[in-house]
Amino acid sequence: MIYITIFIAAVFVNNIVLSQFLGICPFLGVSKKISTALGMSGGVAFVLTLSTLITWLIFRYLLEPFELAFLQTISFILVIAALVQLVEIIIKKISQPLYQALGVYLPLISTNCAILGVAILVIQKEYNLLESVVFAFSTAIGFGLALVLFAGIREQLSRTKIPKGMQGTPIALLVAGLLAMAFMGFSGIVKL
Amino acid sequence: MKNKVGIILNGLIKENPTFVLVLGMCPTLATTTSAINGIGMGLATAFVLIFSNMVISLIKNLVPDNVRIPSFIVVIATFVTILELVMQAYLPALHESLGLFIPLIVVNCIVLGRAEAFASKNSVLDSALDGIGMGLGFTFALGLLGMIRELLGAGTLFGLQIIPEDYGMLMFILAPGAFVSLAYLIAIVNRIRKVS
Amino acid sequence: MKKLESSFKNMVLVLGSISIVAAAALGWINELTSEPIRLAAIARQEKAIRMVSPEFDNQPVEEQFELIDYEGNSLICFPVKKEGKLLGVAIETFSMKGFNGEVRLMLGLKPDGSINNYEVLKQSETPGLGTQMTYWFKTDKNNQSILNKDPGKDKVWVDKDGGDIDAITAATITSRAFLDAVDRAYRAYMEHGGTVVDVVTTATIEEKEAQK
Repeated sequence: MIYITIFIAAVFVNNIVLSQFLGICPFLGVSKKISTALGMSGGVAFVLTLSTLITWLIFRYLLEPFELAFLQTISFILVIAALVQLVEIIIKKISQPLYQALGVYLPLISTNCAILGVAILVIQKEYNLLESVVFAFSTAIGFGLALVLFAGIREQLSRTKIPKGMQGTPIALLVAGLLAMAFMGFSGIVKL
Repeated sequence: MKNKVGIILNGLIKENPTFVLVLGMCPTLATTTSAINGIGMGLATAFVLIFSNMVISLIKNLVPDNVRIPSFIVVIATFVTILELVMQAYLPALHESLGLFIPLIVVNCIVLGRAEAFASKNSVLDSALDGIGMGLGFTFALGLLGMIRELLGAGTLFGLQIIPEDYGMLMFILAPGAFVSLAYLIAIVNRIRKVS
Repeated sequence: MKKLESSFKNMVLVLGSISIVAAAALGWINELTSEPIRLAAIARQEKAIRMVSPEFDNQPVEEQFELIDYEGNSLICFPVKKEGKLLGVAIETFSMKGFNGEVRLMLGLKPDGSINNYEVLKQSETPGLGTQMTYWFKTDKNNQSILNKDPGKDKVWVDKDGGDIDAITAATITSRAFLDAVDRAYRAYMEHGGTVVDVVTTATIEEKEAQK
């Protein structure tokens, strides 16, 4: 039951992009077409789940026992950066089609603050290993949902006439604001 | 001398990280619920920017190209952790309200971006000035956005009641207001830049 | 000076030494700040205790003890005394029923269990609505205030559920969470602390237990 609550809360109520403001850069950057949005979401889901798993283990079994919690930020970011590189190399070796689908997004993912953000959040919330992984995966689904919705709107938007000053970033932010407003309707549907 | 002032002004105005480069959007949107929080976040980022720029400029010739990025990340993460510890000790209230976004300065595109684009090619002094300019530019943007959101949302400015509270538009403090206010701010800046 | 070559040896050497220097620097800073961080945390607790209690002259943080609430969680209780006489307790309590999760309060109770004052320590409720709890329940207007109420006799729950307290306008869930935290502290104190503390002899729990 708690896993369902975590899932709904992470996807809808506390949507990572629209209410937590994490991962805004890729949200604005790779959301011009639905197909790229889907590719990016897939990459994020994979890396986010894996990196949360690894950083959680590192924190519980290395940093905490040796009282090195102050090295949290520095070790997490290095692990994430190394992991993204590793995943890129492995995917390139084993599956060419998968690499073509995800490969281009992987370097972008290491600077996605959602990855580090979630790794730190699960430590702060004192989730256990399974809860952390469920939370990370749900967060990635929430990211994907927001990204794909946003890309759909922007595809339509590219065919509309927009006042000059509003073109580009401003109109994208405005649309994101409306989406955030819609997602606010979900607040309070689950008790955390 | 003119050149040195130019470096600072570049970050503050011409290449303002928020309004022109549109980098570091996450803390910009998340921490500007009040003017104080916005300025606090801006100054925290400026601290990391200045020191990491200086150190990276110092060690730029010692670092082989292939491990450039990981080395820079270690330097940046070190200063972020120092900032975190010092804030926890001496500014616990601000640390609490900025929360997660202090460690996330590590992944702020502005910091790594300036390390890569400026500090790894320029002298220590110039890199420090670039850090000051960019940092102040970021602080200015976050402070402005924080002031607008606080004034429209709660009717206060730095905690002082300006408009009666009942007239505050709550939406501006909540998530959608962040997006909407920033959208219009950037649109206005775009307009001004086109004219001048 | 020429840039170092990207040979394997150089890369390992540079990255390794940067990491070692960074870790050493952080270890040192951590050492320097650990004491101020601890003091800052205590200062925050003390400030909250001061906000919810009458004037005292003891060291509540040093005399703190644990209370067990009805769900088995432990709450920290700070006894407040003046010239050795127990004036009340400050209890750090919480509720998980908030609109956005956890709500934490410091609740000041008099020795008989009636409410002295409260201070919100942590919340993530909706700004402008739920966040009003920081002052709503101590404002003497209509039936908002919980100050001087005795949860044992008065109906300290929201009017919508048949209680005597006006819920925050448009934030009933937050109000329920707030009063849940109050109830949690009160019940824990009365069941496991309040009845044991002897108001007349002003003995604390520890002193009582030592006597046995």
